[in-house]
Amino acid sequence: MSRIARRFAALKKAGRGALIPYLEACDPDFETSLALLRAMPEAGADLIEIGMPFSDPSADGPIIQLAARRGLKAGATLPRLFEMVRAFRKHDNETPVILMGYLNPVEAYGMLRFCEDASHAGIDGLIIVDMPPEEAGTMLACAAENGLDIIRLVAPTTDDKRLKLVLSHASGFVYYVSITGITGTRSASDADLEAALPRLRKATDLPVAIGFGIRTPEQAAAASRIADGAVVASALLSTLAGTLDAKDRATADTLPKVLKQLRELAAAVRA
Amino acid sequence: MTDDMRTNSLRNGPNASGHFGDGLGGRFVAETLMPLILELDDAYKAAKADPAFHKELVFYLKDYVGRPSPLWFARRLTEHCGGAKLYMKREELNHTGSHKLNNVMGQILLARRMGRSRIVAETGAGQHGVATATVCALFDMQCVIYMGATDVERQQPNVFRMKLLGAEVIPVTAGAGTLKDAMNEAMRDWVANVHDTYFLVGTVAGPHPYPAMVRDFQSVIGDETKTQMQEKEGRLPDVIVAAIGGGSNAMGIFHPFLDDPSVRLIGVEAAGHGLDSGKTAASIERGKRGVMHGNRTYLLQDENGQITEAHSISAGLDYPGVGPEHSWLHEIGRAEYVGATDDEALDAFQLSTRTEGIIPALESAHAIAYATKIAPTLSSDTLLVINISGRGDKDINTVADHLGVTL
Repeated sequence: MSRIARRFAALKKAGRGALIPYLEACDPDFETSLALLRAMPEAGADLIEIGMPFSDPSADGPIIQLAARRGLKAGATLPRLFEMVRAFRKHDNETPVILMGYLNPVEAYGMLRFCEDASHAGIDGLIIVDMPPEEAGTMLACAAENGLDIIRLVAPTTDDKRLKLVLSHASGFVYYVSITGITGTRSASDADLEAALPRLRKATDLPVAIGFGIRTPEQAAAASRIADGAVVASALLSTLAGTLDAKDRATADTLPKVLKQLRELAAAVRA
Repeated sequence: MTDDMRTNSLRNGPNASGHFGDGLGGRFVAETLMPLILELDDAYKAAKADPAFHKELVFYLKDYVGRPSPLWFARRLTEHCGGAKLYMKREELNHTGSHKLNNVMGQILLARRMGRSRIVAETGAGQHGVATATVCALFDMQCVIYMGATDVERQQPNVFRMKLLGAEVIPVTAGAGTLKDAMNEAMRDWVANVHDTYFLVGTVAGPHPYPAMVRDFQSVIGDETKTQMQEKEGRLPDVIVAAIGGGSNAMGIFHPFLDDPSVRLIGVEAAGHGLDSGKTAASIERGKRGVMHGNRTYLLQDENGQITEAHSISAGLDYPGVGPEHSWLHEIGRAEYVGATDDEALDAFQLSTRTEGIIPALESAHAIAYATKIAPTLSSDTLLVINISGRGDKDINTVADHLGVTL
C-alpha cells in the first residue's frame, strides 16, 4: 500500500477527512520552505502538496503566481526540490508528499528521469495541471514504473462521459476543482460541494480531495467532511507573503504565522 | 481533390487529437478547459461542414473585410534590389489594417453559432485586439482584451482604438508584460468564465483546434495569392516570405502551397538584437521543443524548462513560442526559418515606405528585410511574394523613437 492509500485509510478509520496544505518550493528561499515542510505534519498536515514553480502558471491566480516567481528567484529547480524532499524524508517517512506543477519543466528534465528521481526522493504523487489524460501516455508509464500516483483533476465542467476517461487514468486520490476558475479566487458553497460529490463517488472508489477557494477553517472543515480531504493553498501562501520584508525575504514571523494558520485549519478539520 | 486522394498531402494535419508530426501541437490545458476545447472542436467541425457558414463568412470577408486583397508588383523595390521580381500581398489593406480580421471574422461567426456572448482575446501589437474589438462592435458582443503592460505603452494608438470600439483593455503586469503574459491572463479569464465566454485566439497556436482553425481562416491569403499569381504570371510563385511571431500570417499564405514543392516557403522570425544576442524572439531557430499555452512547440526556454522572455522591436513578434505547425514544417524541412534583426526591420520599414509608398507594420518589415536581402541573389525571373501582413501607422511612434525623432 502506498503512503497516500495508507494515510487515507487511517483517516477513514479515525472518521475524518485530510487536511492538505500547499507550499511553493523555495518560496521565499530553500531553507524557509524546507523548515515549513518539516513543521507541517506536526501542525496538522495529513498530506502535503509542493508546488514546482513555473514561469507561466496559466491555471493559477495571482497569489500562486507570485509564490512561483519568488521560488524561481530563489533558485527553485527540480533538483533543489528533490533535495528538499529527501531532507524531509530523513525525519518523516509517513506523510505523503505530492508535487503539483506544469509539464514543461518536467519534460525539460526528462520524464523518466523525473519519475525516478522523484520516487527516490520520497515523493508519492504528481499533479501535472496541463497534462490531460489524452496527453499523459508516456508519463503514466514512467510514473507507474516508479510507484508514483498520477492524481487527476476533475472540474465542474467535466461531464459524466469524460469523467470515466479521467478517472480511468487516476490513482492515489481524485482532486476535485471546486470552481470553474483559477486558484485562490472564488469559493464554492457547501451546497455546491454537497451536490457535486455523489457524482464522483458513483464513478470512483478513490478518496476525493477538494481544492480551489478553500481559505477558512470553516471551509476546510466542510470540504473535508463532504469529501475525504481539503487542499488549502492560496490562503497559506498569502499569509506567508504578508510576513516577508520589502525585498521578499523571510522574517521571524514567517514560519510562526503560517504554522499558526495551519493549526487553526487542522483544529477545525479535526473537530 | 477529395480528401482520400490526398493521403500524401502535407495539408491534412493535424490528426484528430490535434498533433502535427511527432507529438507537436496537441491539447495541454487544465481539466476545467478540456471539455470546452472538445466542444469547440466539435462546433468548428460542424461549421466547417456547413455551406451556410462558409457563405456567411465569404459575405463578411468581401463586403466588410474588403477581400480579396491585391497582389501588388513592387516595381521600384524590385529595381532597387535587382534580382527577383518582388510582389506584395496587400493584407495591410484589410479593414483594421492587418490580416488579423480574416481569422477574427471566422471565429466570431463560430462564437455566435455557439451562443457565446462574451469574447476574450490576447493581443501583442494590438492588431488582433483591434480586429476582435471591431467584430464585437459589429455583432454587439462584450469584449475583453488582455494586453501586456509593456505593449500597452508601445502601442498606444491601438489601445485607444480598442477602447473607442467599446472593448475593455486590461493591461497585464505579470512577467515582462508582453504577449505571453497576455495569453496566460486570457486563459485564466476563460477558465473563470466558461459559461458565456469564447476565447478568440489570434494566432496559429494554443490547444487544438486553434492552430488548425486559425490556419484555415487565414488560408484565404494563400488561396488568393495562388489565383492572383496565376492571373499575373501564369504560374506559381517561386518564393514566399512572411514574418513569424505566433505565425498566423505566414501559415495562412504557406498552407495552400505546402503541396507545391517548387515553392520555397520562408518564415522570418524576429532576431531582435541578433540571433545569438540573448535578446531575440526566434523560437524555432533558438528554442527547443516544450509545452506552453496548450501546445507542444518550439519555445525559448532555459535549461530548467522555464520560459524565457522574448525580445523584438515589434510587439506582434515578441513571443517566445510559435505555432506547432510551423515547428512541424521546420522539422520536416518543408519551410525554412530565418531571422531579421530589429535594425534590419527598421531599414526595411523605411525602404518600403520610400520605394513603394507602403508603410508596413514592423512585423511585416521583418519579411521585407529578409526578402530584400535575398532578392539580389535570385534570378530576375524568380517570383517572390512578401506577405505585407499589416500597415505601419501603429508603429510610427516606435520608429520615430528609434530614429531619434520626437513627435
